[in-house]
Amino acid sequence: MSNNYEAVIGLEVHAQLSTASKMFCGCSAEFGGKPNTHVCPVCLGLPGALPVVNARAVEFAVRLGLATECTIRNESVFARKNYFYPDCPKNYQISQFDTPLCEHGRLSIENDAKQVRILRIHLEEDAGKLVHVDGADHSLVDMNRSGVPLVEIVSEPDIRTPEEASEYLQKLRSLVRYLGICDGNMEEGSLRCDVNLSVRKRGAKELGVKAEVKNLNSFKQVEQAIEFETERQTKLLESGGRVTQDTLLWDPAAKRAVVMRSKEEAHDYRYFPEPDLRVLRASGELIERVRGALPELPDAKHKRFVSQYGLPAYDADVLTGSAEVASYYEAVVAAGADSKAASNWLMGEVMRELNERKIDIAEFSIRPQALAELVTLQATGKVNSSTAKDVFKEMLASGKHAGAIVKERGLEQVSDDAAIEKEAIAVLDENPEEVKRYLGGKEQLLQFFVGQLMKRTRGKANPKVAAEIVTALLSERR
Amino acid sequence: MSLHELSIFDLRRRIAAGEVTPLEACDAALAQIEARDRDVHAFLDVHAAHARDSARNLMASGKGRSLPLGGIPVAIKDNMCVEGTPTTCGSRILGKYQPPYTATAVARLRDAGAIVIGKTNLDEFAMGSSTENSAFGPTRNPWDLSRAPGGSSGGSAAAVSAGMAAASLGSDTGGSIRQPAALCGVVGMKPTYGRVSRYGLVAFASSLDQIGPFARTVEDAALVLNVLCGKDERDATSASTPVPDFTAELGKSLKGVRIGVPWEFLGSHVDTSVRTAFDRTIDAAKKEGATVVEVALPNADFGLAAYYIVANAEASANLARFDGIRYGHRTPKAQALVETYSKTREEGFGREVKRRVLLGTYVLSAGYYDAYYRRAQQVRSLIISDFATAFERCDVVAMPTSPTPAFKLGDKTDDPILMYLNDVFTIPVNLAGLPGISVPCGLSPEALPIGLQLIGRAFDETTLLRAAAGMERVADFSRGAVAPLPKGARA
Repeated sequence: MSNNYEAVIGLEVHAQLSTASKMFCGCSAEFGGKPNTHVCPVCLGLPGALPVVNARAVEFAVRLGLATECTIRNESVFARKNYFYPDCPKNYQISQFDTPLCEHGRLSIENDAKQVRILRIHLEEDAGKLVHVDGADHSLVDMNRSGVPLVEIVSEPDIRTPEEASEYLQKLRSLVRYLGICDGNMEEGSLRCDVNLSVRKRGAKELGVKAEVKNLNSFKQVEQAIEFETERQTKLLESGGRVTQDTLLWDPAAKRAVVMRSKEEAHDYRYFPEPDLRVLRASGELIERVRGALPELPDAKHKRFVSQYGLPAYDADVLTGSAEVASYYEAVVAAGADSKAASNWLMGEVMRELNERKIDIAEFSIRPQALAELVTLQATGKVNSSTAKDVFKEMLASGKHAGAIVKERGLEQVSDDAAIEKEAIAVLDENPEEVKRYLGGKEQLLQFFVGQLMKRTRGKANPKVAAEIVTALLSERR
Repeated sequence: MSLHELSIFDLRRRIAAGEVTPLEACDAALAQIEARDRDVHAFLDVHAAHARDSARNLMASGKGRSLPLGGIPVAIKDNMCVEGTPTTCGSRILGKYQPPYTATAVARLRDAGAIVIGKTNLDEFAMGSSTENSAFGPTRNPWDLSRAPGGSSGGSAAAVSAGMAAASLGSDTGGSIRQPAALCGVVGMKPTYGRVSRYGLVAFASSLDQIGPFARTVEDAALVLNVLCGKDERDATSASTPVPDFTAELGKSLKGVRIGVPWEFLGSHVDTSVRTAFDRTIDAAKKEGATVVEVALPNADFGLAAYYIVANAEASANLARFDGIRYGHRTPKAQALVETYSKTREEGFGREVKRRVLLGTYVLSAGYYDAYYRRAQQVRSLIISDFATAFERCDVVAMPTSPTPAFKLGDKTDDPILMYLNDVFTIPVNLAGLPGISVPCGLSPEALPIGLQLIGRAFDETTLLRAAAGMERVADFSRGAVAPLPKGARA
């Protein structure tokens, strides 16, 4: 593909708000449930039923608006978006149009090196779900999702590459989770992303004609779709063709986007202000209350982790990716563990364990205090690293404390020079050939002696001390 | 006087005293329906068994004697949901639909002891001014069976006029309570927008629709209003403004009340018989001490045009849900989705509804929104400020309710614009969200009732009702009368 072109990308992200009830009625907003059980006249769109705004959903949207440095409108307007589809019970969706709740914010990526501007964040209701029965001559519709609150986050076309898009999405997901407003689960559809993409000659100022790609259900698919669409449009332009303003549907199996509707077939949504609702007022008082209750956000936490704990940026990235992991980490350090050692443990053994068992840190059986004890045992040389890993496994299996396990099994590391020296002399005496070769210049054999020494001490020798003693003894034999 | 002719006030006094039982009151209304509704066709569905059960329950619990509307038979316009009974909106598209819930306004009446005796006829989805747009045949005016009762709440007006109910509920989007009240010789009131919950009222135009009562006296209307009004958590547009006792000032004279009349606006719109009755009543009010001042409503002439943009735009979305997918009529003739939509709606909706949905869709379309919808909203703002200016000089504004008395059935059905002109005096009131009431003020030379409309300040129904009661007192009309049996009636 020619490198003379660049992609110009904007993302539209829908995030399902994790409120207890729906956007405009009291029905449960929980995911799943037996079809058509979380329903009432309002979310079924029955004649005569009326919407009432869920104040909690408004507060959630304000949280996100503030966290992305948006301006929060004191007055915003709900609007009807008209289109006929069987998953849309009123045949219009209540959304926001020309006056959204939040506007003009930003989200930084690449360690603050790049800002992606956010055009708007608005509130709306989700649609129901069509269920297509194989071989049947009809489809079914489940209205449990109908009316679940959504925020739509629309970015400006500031993104240029699949990697930037992916990072923006990950940061957004981490943010909504920090804020406690969305579980961020792309597979279950609580976070959904549409890509708007056009290409233009590098250096060009004006935008090309864009296409929209829908139905992207993972970060990977977003990246793949951007690659695919960038290539498709570039080839089209290079061969003298023109991009048309189409809506495409991503086919994850075929890894390609197919045209869903052309510009001519595009809907005229005939937006107009929703007359069943009054103007949505977000008072200065509400905004300040929400601002005051905002948790520490990922970027701020990242900076603090670097400065307060002296961590490398990479460690801070990993640890602040989730608010729960970050607070676990801080509890481990608060319990006395060395900050870098604790970070290594968390990013290594702990996360491996979480991934293998597919659990969150909240469900992890070793609590911060207990992990701190283990980290400290190793950091102070009481056990060596391989023993520590065994102790970790034992902690997981038995639930016992590290100290108790070390004591019970006599695993305490031997750093006593005299005891190690005695064993080291024995090792050297038993391996005269190797000693000779070592002294002849094959210094890699040091590891062999240390290994033998560890074997004799059943792993309890401090490897660093052991290596020093063996080196000293060997030089005596020159 | 027979029970079915009694005002709510009198009937309540007798029920409270134990002289009349709720069941007797209910049976009197049902008997009158039996006697007159073959001719009038006010009702689409009579809930006789359920009504009598309710009456018996009120008697068994003893609450019938104490509740504010205990034992009062009421009729409900068939665009309000009553759980477990058909709600048709006068349309075929709802098929056999029965709502699983009851409208707040109806529930409030029931909680106050009223007995729902049935559902009344209307123009399909409340779109019309004669009740001739009902899919189930027109209602006839109880005063003259060859004439229309007005609309769209023609069934509710006729039911009260013919003594088939002591009161009824209508909905008023552009005059649909006040105009049929005028044409049927009863009192009909549209409260301030937001006074009465719209929850369970099948929407025509959400920003204009308001439920209100029909009764034969102003006092009765106030008694029903006392029960209807108040904040409903299920309707975000309902107001939390405190609800006073609306009967409190009804006894006060008209002395000192400033009545504003927009003489210029009345201009050429009004039929001579209506103008004569109107002028005579205004003069009588002056004699009782009212002050009459001229006010200007310079933008009211644009009301009709603005209304048919705003109302139809909202209706085009409100009626989108009738698509044959979840409830109501579904065409048996379609193979695919879009075809199901179009054939269901083609078969289910009548001509006037289709006309309005098309117009509403058009004015919201890309490229036309600013020219129509936005401009209509600007007109609306101008009309609101016209009224605000008028109310600096007066306490209530008076106008005829309708330019003519009841017209012949079929006279205006071929000319929508002519039909729309019926509402020229009532529509500006909906656009401004103000309370309005129609009070009978006289009879035409053909012995047809004529209505006088009073308009009040937002949420000042108290002053409006006081003035209305005064007008009722001075008007040349037999207060509280049931329509006399017309020629050709079968009873």
